[in-house]
Amino acid sequence: MKIDHSLPLEYSTKQNDQNIFGFWVFLAAEIMLFATLFTSYFTLEHRVGNGPSGSEIFEITPVLIETLVLLTSSFTIGLGIHAMRIGKQKAMLTFFAITLVLGLGFLGFEIDEFITYIHEGATLQTSAFTAILMMTLGTHGAHVTFGLFWGAGIVMQIKKRGLTPETTNKSFIFSLYWHFLDVVWIFIFSFIYLKGMM
Amino acid sequence: MDFLDRFAVPNPSIAIYASMVAIGLTVVAIFAGLTYFKKWGYLWREWLTTVDHKRIGIMYLISALIMLFRGGVDAIMMRAQLAVPDNKLMDAQHYNEVFSTHGVIMLLFMAMPFIFAFMNYLVPLQIGARDVAFPRLNALSFWLFFFGAMLLNISFVVGGSPDAGWTSYFPLAGNELSPSVGTNYYMFAIQISGLGSLMTGINMITTIIKMRAPSMTLMKMPMFTWSSLVTNLIIVTVFPVLTVALAMGSMDRLFGTHFFTTTNGGMDMLWANLFWVWGHPEVYILILPAFGLYSEIISTFAGRNLYGYKSMVASMVIISALSCLVWAHHFFTMGQGPTANSFFSITTMAISVPTGVKMFNWLFTLWKGKIRFTVPMLYSIGFIPLFVIGGMTGVMLAMSAADYQYHNTMFLVAHFHNVIIPGVVFAMLAGLTYYWPKMFGFMLNERIGKWAFWLLSIGFCLAFFPMYITGLDGQARRMYTYSEATGYGALNMVSFVGAGIMAISFAIIVYNVYYSVRYSPRNISADPWDARSLEWATHTPVPEYNFAITPNVASSQAFWDTKKKGHELFSGELEKIHMPNNSGVPFIMGAIFFVWGFSFIFSLWIPAIISTIAILVCLVLRSFEVDHGRYISVKEIEETEIKLRGVN
Repeated sequence: MKIDHSLPLEYSTKQNDQNIFGFWVFLAAEIMLFATLFTSYFTLEHRVGNGPSGSEIFEITPVLIETLVLLTSSFTIGLGIHAMRIGKQKAMLTFFAITLVLGLGFLGFEIDEFITYIHEGATLQTSAFTAILMMTLGTHGAHVTFGLFWGAGIVMQIKKRGLTPETTNKSFIFSLYWHFLDVVWIFIFSFIYLKGMM
Repeated sequence: MDFLDRFAVPNPSIAIYASMVAIGLTVVAIFAGLTYFKKWGYLWREWLTTVDHKRIGIMYLISALIMLFRGGVDAIMMRAQLAVPDNKLMDAQHYNEVFSTHGVIMLLFMAMPFIFAFMNYLVPLQIGARDVAFPRLNALSFWLFFFGAMLLNISFVVGGSPDAGWTSYFPLAGNELSPSVGTNYYMFAIQISGLGSLMTGINMITTIIKMRAPSMTLMKMPMFTWSSLVTNLIIVTVFPVLTVALAMGSMDRLFGTHFFTTTNGGMDMLWANLFWVWGHPEVYILILPAFGLYSEIISTFAGRNLYGYKSMVASMVIISALSCLVWAHHFFTMGQGPTANSFFSITTMAISVPTGVKMFNWLFTLWKGKIRFTVPMLYSIGFIPLFVIGGMTGVMLAMSAADYQYHNTMFLVAHFHNVIIPGVVFAMLAGLTYYWPKMFGFMLNERIGKWAFWLLSIGFCLAFFPMYITGLDGQARRMYTYSEATGYGALNMVSFVGAGIMAISFAIIVYNVYYSVRYSPRNISADPWDARSLEWATHTPVPEYNFAITPNVASSQAFWDTKKKGHELFSGELEKIHMPNNSGVPFIMGAIFFVWGFSFIFSLWIPAIISTIAILVCLVLRSFEVDHGRYISVKEIEETEIKLRGVN
């Protein structure tokens, strides 16, 4: 394994460089996935059948808290990657842990939101609108859930193996994924919640 | 017994019972054979756990050929049913199942693996790389495809085949009108193999962008590699759309959601749109690598550089962009209004311009060339006029006003077979013959191959040209029979005869493989066709590491430069080579995905949850695994090189 010390650790081998590039291509596919969900959402948005519409079930307060929690987690993982670049393993792990806790908090709010919807009679089977709403939110939520396990795995590996070309590469890729989920959430917040409440 | 009832086939017939027996006997024979010849260890070590792009390519190739025969049998059954009016060979339900599986298998489980076979085998060789960027992911892609294909193929003996067409339009494909599990098979089998295709897309793009030999700029890549790059960009763009559409369709069928239903706000046309947003680019995913193969073959056997390299690249990029803007031409008659129809009509016709550019480039490559009429060249030359006919009927179909006459008739069936068979199937057979010596170390017999080519071409014309006429006359597609008064009988009989000749031609190709395995000389050179691009510059059989020294190229015809202009391809010292380790995890994950899909298809929730967890466990294990690969020492490389050079 040739290590090029002029580059940051996460880019230092050829395989690392390929991993990061490949992950960007994967994110392009993810953009298409969420774009399809959004397109379907806009198509089905007003097709509520006998069920409630968006303005009847959306509540701004929990959504705003969710948004702030997730945006903060994107900031803390950025700090984590910065700490990693300057070789401060302990600071990095702390920021990663904060990120994951915030992610968990976000997920808690989202689960609570789903339960509220179901109590209000907006279940997966109610109408085309509720189905696409829950599928879009659910796909994002599933990504966050997956990210929590992934991030926890990376924290464990760094504790065990330290900052190596492999572990830093994984952490950097994970940070790309986490930022991406944040971007998707901004679209969900703007075009599903705010648009729906207007 | 209630539990087992769900696995019974809803519309059994003698053919299905016979297939059950045949499948059972084949499985027993394979297991017995492997045990008797003590090949289990060999199979596991050399094939099931391999991450070598060349072996994965060969496994794709074998799977594609097997699926070609499965789909071909479906085709013969359909033509036999339609050969005479009021035929009673099959009933309507059986016919629906046969044309649905024929379409799914031929497109997704025959043509797709066929192009992946060539991409896997050729791209790393053409760019001077040692493997793809993510070898283990590549193995996973293959096994997901393989188990997806197996899942669809057990449908007709366990629970019933899909019967809503390969497009599976809702509401026909909904629970109400398709109550059997057939459409569940469609949703999950395609979902699983689609995941594999997406991974291949990511893998190939990374390979081509990041792993080319240092001297190979983008515009020095061989044309097949360019076509693979463009194709994989389309794959990454559109396969996620299919993923979402299939997920929604599955949820409609399994969890009672209302995405595509006709009640509670559901919108059936959303499926048609999403399906074709993927489905139309999908046909370009198949045809562009075929164009790449034709470019390689035509330039080799015309003895000339490919004419218009830059315009070839540009036209492929333009085709890929336009391919994503034409999807609504599949349903001009479904009422989206004249504005939308005009837009999609124009974009569709615009695609014929870059395609025409490619046609002229091939013709100009042939111009003044010393053409050698070998089997791969015959397919390539046969492709040009036949594909142009198919393309022109495509432009006819693209005119939205006129399409009201052609829509859902045999004219359409004739059109898309006329582009897919001379376009994709001819390319695959040409590529198979052309690269056979590189893959297996001996040539296929030319004389038998020419018989197969001529019979296939004649059979193709007889089978599909009459459909243009019956289609214009009003014969609908997907109808299991027609009355004598319609007068379609004679032309349908001609089609049946044509289909029979095509079947004979495929049998001859199989015989050719058998004949060549037995009698073909083994002491051939590594460059039996006097070819031009980099993949021919290495030894035959290709060593595991492809190139002992990373090649230094000067043009897209690197090997030709070496032979004719004295360009030095390999310079420098041997160094130890890093290679990835084999792994059984991709195979095991594929098998778990099979169980996962099967459990969802039959709503078996406990195994569904267990297999989901098992998939996640595989991911965790992979993440925690420490695997730095292995090195091949300089001494070992030297020994291999001396041994292989002795052969040549």
